[in-house]
Formats: sequence, C-alpha cells, structure tokens
Amino acid sequence: MKASVIRGWSWVHKWTSLVCTLFLLMLCLTGLPLVFSHELNEVLLHKPWTAANADGRKLDLDRVLDVALARKPGEVPAFMSFDEDRPVVNVTSRAPDAPAGQFSFQPIDQTSGDAAPLVAGHPLLEFLLQLHTDMFAGLPGMLFLGVMGLLFVIAVVSGVVLYAPFMRRLPFGTVRVGRTKRLRWLDYHNLLGVVTLAWVLVVGLTGVVNTLAVPIIAYWKDTQLGELAAAHASPAAMGERASLDAAVKRAQAELPGMQLQFVAFPGTDYSTDHHYAVFFHGDTPLTKHLITPALIDARTGELAAVKPMPWYVKTLSLSQPLHFGDYGGLPLKILWAILDLITIIVLGSGVYLWLSKRSSGEAKA
Amino acid sequence: MSRPLTFGLRAIFAVPAVLAALSLFGLVAALIGDGVWDMMGWLGLLAPVAAIAWALIARKHR
Repeated sequence: MKASVIRGWSWVHKWTSLVCTLFLLMLCLTGLPLVFSHELNEVLLHKPWTAANADGRKLDLDRVLDVALARKPGEVPAFMSFDEDRPVVNVTSRAPDAPAGQFSFQPIDQTSGDAAPLVAGHPLLEFLLQLHTDMFAGLPGMLFLGVMGLLFVIAVVSGVVLYAPFMRRLPFGTVRVGRTKRLRWLDYHNLLGVVTLAWVLVVGLTGVVNTLAVPIIAYWKDTQLGELAAAHASPAAMGERASLDAAVKRAQAELPGMQLQFVAFPGTDYSTDHHYAVFFHGDTPLTKHLITPALIDARTGELAAVKPMPWYVKTLSLSQPLHFGDYGGLPLKILWAILDLITIIVLGSGVYLWLSKRSSGEAKA
Repeated sequence: MSRPLTFGLRAIFAVPAVLAALSLFGLVAALIGDGVWDMMGWLGLLAPVAAIAWALIARKHR
C-alpha cells in the first residue's frame, strides 16, 4: 500500500472514530446490562404469582379489554399481547391526546381479570433502554444514533484496512509488551479489533437497521396497508367495533400453526384506522422472529387480508435478535457481554492512541 | 525483531478471516435452530474470545 493511501485511510479511521466514540462507549456500557434484561427483570421484579383460577375458564378477550379500559377511563386500546408462560394478557392503551410514545401498560390475569405483576420493564432497565435507543430524544435521537453507528462501521472497516500495514512484519496475535506503553496498546487495539470484527459489524449494522424501525414501519403501513386504509372515510370508533375475541379467532383460523403474538388496534402504527391487525409468528427458532398480520375489519369482523411482510420488515425483524443476542440461551448472552467488553477496550485504547500520538507530536514540534 | 521477512495480505488476514467466518457461522447457527444449533453458535463465537486468550498467553513479545 502506498504511503498516501495509508494516510488517507488513517484520516478516515481517525475522524469517523473521533466523532462516534463517545456515543459508542455509551451504547456499549448501556448495552452490557441490557443483554441480560430478561434475567435482571426476573430478579428485580421477582414476585411469586399464580393465576387466580389456573384451571378455570379464561376470560374472552373482549372481557379482558373491558376490564383493562375500565381501569384507565378515557383511554383507547393500542396493543394487546400475550405472555407465553403464564395466562396473562397485556393491554397497552393511551389517552387520545397523550404525547407520542406515552402508553399505559397493564398485565391482566386472564383467569380472573385481576392485575398481574409486571415481569418486564423494570424502571432502571427501561431507563437504560431508552438511553440506548434514542437518548430520550425520540425519533431524531434514534436516527442520530443510527448515523453514529454508520460512522462506527466505517471506522471498523478502515481499521481493518490499516491492520495490514501495521502487521506486515508481525505474526498474528503479537503483543509487544517490552517496548513502549503506546506500542503495547497499539498491539492490543489491533488484536482485539480484528478478532471481534465480524461480531462488531453484525451488531453495529443490525443496530443501524433497528434505528430505522419507525420509518420502516411507517413505509410498510403506507405502501402495504394503503388500500385497506382507504376503505372508509372516518376511523372505526370504539362504539362501532365488532368483537375482538371473534376477530382473533377468525385470524387464527386463517393462519393455522402460527403463534398469536399481538393485536394492533385501529389507529396505531401497526394497523389502519379500520382494522384489528392480528400478528402471528412462526414456531421454528428462525420463523419465531418473523411476523405475519391478518387484518380484520373492525366494524364487521370480516377478514380483510393476510399480509406477509415484505423483505425490509423481515430484515428489521431479524436485526433485533442479531443485535440483542437473546436468541441462543445464557451462554450466547455471556459471549455477547465478553465481546461488548472487548469492544469497550478497543474504543478506549483508540482514544488513548490518538491522545498519545497528539502529545508526542506536540513534544516534537 | 530484525527479521527481513514481511507478510503478504493473505498471511496477514488468514487468521482474522477464519475467526470472522467462525463468528458469522456462530451468529447464524444459533438463529437457525435450538439445541445443537445453539451450541454451534456458542462455539463459533467462542473462537474470537479464545484467540485473544491464546494471543495474550502465548504470543507476548519483548
């Protein structure tokens, strides 16, 4: 490689890194406990709980919805989701004039209608998650972190290019501990950086895709649900909606063998103003992450359409496990945490190398 | 360290490329299935961590 080419890549590596490092450090530090969200929530929120009538009949979904809304007067339903390991239905609702993103969340015992304890969403983890997702700045914050992620990817790629001239005379894995402190940290930086390359790129790029969740879902709604949305002039009011329970059963009949995941009510980001969107996921480890909605006319209860997701929503869906590391048991999470810690060392040593080069440059001048 | 030897690109990137391939295999394997697939996922992602441990123990130069 010519000296001028190396200088060019050095410039790219230096500046992309400098701009994104602080944010990447924040993401790595907040991401570390978030890898163990499930386990931490279990410990922090632990409450022994059994359903009121474990062997009794379950309330139908209309009843559950009525019970939930009675406890939040004036709110309209947004989502309903279903716990896998306990007979609990989670109702998300919001006041019609609430600011975007502000919801009430109620887990409800489907055997009695009583409130059930939270098993996810401890305030501390919610705080870390929001810092990690958008730094409390909403969509602009998310997109900003997406740009930081892209800069990070460029920094990683340019780092790999620069790895070659640095390693021309050194066998893989060399750490020169007996020379200067700077040389030692340069070797650590190169070793740890190149070894974690694939994982860092996957987690980085899937993180960038996740920052695009809002525009991706908005585009999906526009293009895939546009025709259905135009079916009526005004939104389906609460009073004119058909049975939710029957709508879900109708959807299940259309997609046998798939698992019910959640219902999006009319007027939310995941549905039109006129439909219950009933989302299912597959039951193999891979299709578990892929969702398919059946849209049920909220006024008539008739099936309007089954809409398999386009490639870009599938990409988003698969980017979530690949970013969170929550798809291969506890050992995978532990590896995720180790690789995250290594990335923190690569980031920190990068800053150190830049600072020490600067001070030695000043000393010479 | 006064060896005249210099490595070509292929030699420089041989080990990193193998580790990257093992990592990617691990990332995908754990996604494809449970049980044995998850274990292959752990082994794949263990490769870069093991390589670091090996380098820190065996490859320190004065």
